[in-house]
Amino acid sequence: MKPRNPQNRKLVDLSIRLLSGAAALFGIAMLTWILGTVILKGAGSINWEFFTELPAPPGLPGGGLANAILGTLYITFLAVLIGVPIGLAAGIWLAEFGKDSKLAEAVRFGSNLLMGTPSIIIGVFVFVILVATTGHFSGVAGAIALAIIMLPVVARTAEDMLVLVPSALREAALALGVPRWKATLGVVFCAAKTGLLTGTLLAIARVSGETAPLLFTALNSPYWPSTVNEPTANLTVTIYNYAMSPYDDWQALAWGASLLIAVSVLGTTVLTRTILWYRSR
Amino acid sequence: MQATALMNPAMDTTMTEAADRTYMLAGERIKIAAKGLNFFYDDQQALFDNDLKIATNRVTAIIGPSGCGKSTHLRTYNRIFELYRGQRVEGEVMLDGVNILDPSSCDVLELRRKVGMIFQKPTPFPMSVFDNVAYGLKQHYRVDKGELQDRVEQALRQAALWDDVKDKLNKPGTALSGGQQQRLCIARAIAVEPEVLLMDEPTSAIDPVATARIEELVNELKERYTIVIVTHNMQQAARISDYTAFFYQGKIVEFDQTDRLFTNPANKQTEDYITGRFG
Repeated sequence: MKPRNPQNRKLVDLSIRLLSGAAALFGIAMLTWILGTVILKGAGSINWEFFTELPAPPGLPGGGLANAILGTLYITFLAVLIGVPIGLAAGIWLAEFGKDSKLAEAVRFGSNLLMGTPSIIIGVFVFVILVATTGHFSGVAGAIALAIIMLPVVARTAEDMLVLVPSALREAALALGVPRWKATLGVVFCAAKTGLLTGTLLAIARVSGETAPLLFTALNSPYWPSTVNEPTANLTVTIYNYAMSPYDDWQALAWGASLLIAVSVLGTTVLTRTILWYRSR
Repeated sequence: MQATALMNPAMDTTMTEAADRTYMLAGERIKIAAKGLNFFYDDQQALFDNDLKIATNRVTAIIGPSGCGKSTHLRTYNRIFELYRGQRVEGEVMLDGVNILDPSSCDVLELRRKVGMIFQKPTPFPMSVFDNVAYGLKQHYRVDKGELQDRVEQALRQAALWDDVKDKLNKPGTALSGGQQQRLCIARAIAVEPEVLLMDEPTSAIDPVATARIEELVNELKERYTIVIVTHNMQQAARISDYTAFFYQGKIVEFDQTDRLFTNPANKQTEDYITGRFG
């Protein structure tokens, strides 16, 4: 038997290390590039007016995106209000009651499919159900579209987090003569609360950049949002409209809006990581 | 003394002694009586025709090798086994003359108030020390704030934990040491005023000093409660129990007064187990 040449092995090791290192660098470089561009082009538009004023008509100087910022906040808030409780309840059912039953498997499969469904299809679906039937675009339709996108994310993270709670804790609560629902909400939920919060924040980060579903539902508006039954201004559709427009000041506002969204999504993700980090210590 | 007895088990079992054993529970009030108890996980039978009587205000130990059904047997006493998938139980478990396995004659929440349980790993809830103890209490009793505080203190005192935690009642229960956590779980269980305490290897996850404190505690608690303790540790069974049941492969091989079972076992299998020949 001839011994293998260690020189060869070292060469292969080195080249693979270089290749994977380069790939990692490439990913980070792309992120930096995107963020850099958004900051360079968008920072100029961020000022007091950007946060406080309505958009100005094309050609007129000044104006901001206050209505879109407010609209995005309230559509997202409404989406959380609809999507999170249902998602959490579904997660509880999967982890505590459904477990490995046929129905639970079906629900899991369904939510995986829903997670993989292109968001534009959800937008079209809500359009058909809520916009075409009522005859007008509306903020609430947008919120429902976003809630549908959040639903599987919240449900599956909630399930994962609840399954992590040791079953001894469940048994201990039940052994005290506490009914099942109380043990779940009072003890199991409490033990998983950081994880549940994380899942919710991630779901919010996931939907706050969605454009396609809002295009078909909330649409956009140059005015302040007043009722939930009218087209509602929001950042992502504004970016879509303004970036495609021929006006320089509108394009600048679109960059500003992009920066704002990028920073808030990044901020939410960092916040989530920080919570997890504190928890793991 | 027990240790010497363990090493030199008396081999001769005469007929008169065997006859004596049938009268050993004479004079005891029976708290729990399992009769013809069979237990199945799906198709696998875990308990075979178990008959066991638990005497009031005594400590009854259940010993036996891993997988012999000790824990399963214990878990029929508060019906906590109902959580597990595919289980099935036959026979009866009488608690104060009522068959607790019959759902129509026994409310499971009230049963679990009367029959508390301590687990192998301490299971403090993710809340403060005070709330841990108050949790079950609030579930079963209407108490105002002052009374709640008194009851929590009482339970912590009974569990010999009050002096350790009186200044950190608002700290999370999970911040206590392992032995303290286990005593917190005992306080939590006795706060709802149970009559029976089931302990499933309560000291196997904590250190020897903390174990000694728990054993001491068990000795005090038996004045008020009937205690059934599952243990892997034969010395522990010998130290703290009045009666001992030896389980093997889902059957109760021998049940006797602890001192007699350890010094003069009637059955060869029991003898082999307690002398360390298997298990």
